[in-house]
Amino acid sequence: MNYFSEAIAWILDPANASGPSGVWARCWEHLWYTLLAVVLACVIAIPLGYLVGHTRRGRGLVVVSSGAARALPTLGVVTLVGLVLGIGLVAPMVALVLLAVPSVLAGAYAGIEAIDRRTVDAARAMGMSEWEVLTRVEIPLGLPLLLGGVRSATLQVIATATLAAYVGAGGLGRFLFLGLKTQDYPQMLASALLVVAIALLMEGVFEISERAAARRLHTA
Amino acid sequence: MIRFDDVSKSYPDGTEAVRSFTLEAPTGQTTVLVGSSGCGKTTLLRMVNRMVDPTSGRVWIDDENVADVPPVPLRRRIGYVMQNAGLLPHRKVIDNIATVPLLTGTPKAQAHARAHELMELVGLESSMANRYPDQLSGGQQQRVGVARGLAADPNILLMDEPFGAVDPLVRADLQAELLRIQRELHKTIVFVTHDIAEALALGDQIVILAKGARIAQAGTPQQVVSEPADSFVADFLGLGRGALDLHLRETAGGTLVVDALGRPAGRLADGPGPEA
Ligand SMILES: Nc1ncnc2c1ncn2[C@@H]1O[C@H](COP(=O)(O)OP(=O)(O)OP(=O)(O)O)[C@@H](O)[C@H]1O
Ligand SMILES: [Mg+2]
Repeated sequence: MNYFSEAIAWILDPANASGPSGVWARCWEHLWYTLLAVVLACVIAIPLGYLVGHTRRGRGLVVVSSGAARALPTLGVVTLVGLVLGIGLVAPMVALVLLAVPSVLAGAYAGIEAIDRRTVDAARAMGMSEWEVLTRVEIPLGLPLLLGGVRSATLQVIATATLAAYVGAGGLGRFLFLGLKTQDYPQMLASALLVVAIALLMEGVFEISERAAARRLHTA
Repeated sequence: MIRFDDVSKSYPDGTEAVRSFTLEAPTGQTTVLVGSSGCGKTTLLRMVNRMVDPTSGRVWIDDENVADVPPVPLRRRIGYVMQNAGLLPHRKVIDNIATVPLLTGTPKAQAHARAHELMELVGLESSMANRYPDQLSGGQQQRVGVARGLAADPNILLMDEPFGAVDPLVRADLQAELLRIQRELHKTIVFVTHDIAEALALGDQIVILAKGARIAQAGTPQQVVSEPADSFVADFLGLGRGALDLHLRETAGGTLVVDALGRPAGRLADGPGPEA
């Protein structure tokens, strides 16, 4: 309890708030890393997931390789890529994207796979081209599950983005590693609390957008 | 005119759904394919719009081999009403009906105006235009399916047990509606059902199918009932059980016609009646 109130006090201390290594700056950095990693993961995983979902081919391959990617220890990846490419943002970004891809991929193809086959068959029988079937039926109806996948990817990345500081990049991990080095436990706890706060914030954003999607698609 | 020319279909798993099927469905008439479950009716129907490609043989629309027409434009000019309505759950009724016109680039206002006309034609209240399919009853969904099939004003209408999922009263209602629409529009209709009463009510030509889409008999409703080709057809029609038998019963109010269960089917009138 004592650590807890000290951590809160640390966060609220104006001396820690501003400046390039202040709480606000680190929060923004953390959010920015998260968004960048998730967007990159989406750019890779969504087209691939749609391809697998639409053609119903290669699902086994995707499941196996996502499983393998999930099993990779993120710290190991950060260290390894860091050793090759040096200190900076690239190594943690590679690791975070690898972490986010499986969930997004699963959301993208599962969203399409979950659609009633008869609905897709009907769309095709009406004379929709494959592209129209994908864009007018499969993508909209698959949106809720895709959002679910992006949501869980985002949460994983928020929690793991602390590792960026391990190879010299910024983010809320800075406070964590700094606190660890100086045995400043309130600062470590403050870092964790801020990560939780950002996670909750993103949860709220996703909750709202998932509801909006469900309302628009008339699926809830 | 639609012509099946010695078509066969084997599915990859070895099922021989259709074997050497030849038939002509005349322009402007309703041809009803009737047969028990799994005899290949849906397979035949889907060969017309290339949702199924025959393993051998050809399907002709007038003088055009459908195999030579790219599937997407072919499907857009053939109305298809599916067994389960097959509506798009994320689109309003009005947009479901207007699916094909919107795909072919008809301006939205025009496509919607046409969809409203069709809703009236199939007996849907215009207040339902902005509902979603899951807010409709089964019978209403079927009507939307029929309206959608008609939306691009196709010459050909394929109907796969379109009234299967509704109760007998609504079914009779939809059948009457279809007869009225057909009197007005004269489409070339291929209609699939396994209900013999429905086949007799709607068909100009009735095709009774056995397994593998073997034609047991093809003819007018009158022909199949009065001259069943063999015992399979007679059994299928239920003639042995007397299912289609009608009897005359004298009452104080005149001569009644009663059905196999003794329920009054109508009143005996003078003369031979109109030609079907
Ligand atoms: N995609 C498919 N793969 C393998 N077999 C199939 C496929 N589609 C249909 N069949 C088989 O082909 C046969 C004919 O099927 P079809 O759907 O044409 O029957 P149907 O007369 O429409 O039956 P129902 O009245 O039950 O709708 C059946 O034995 C069915 O199991
Ligand atoms: Mg069928």
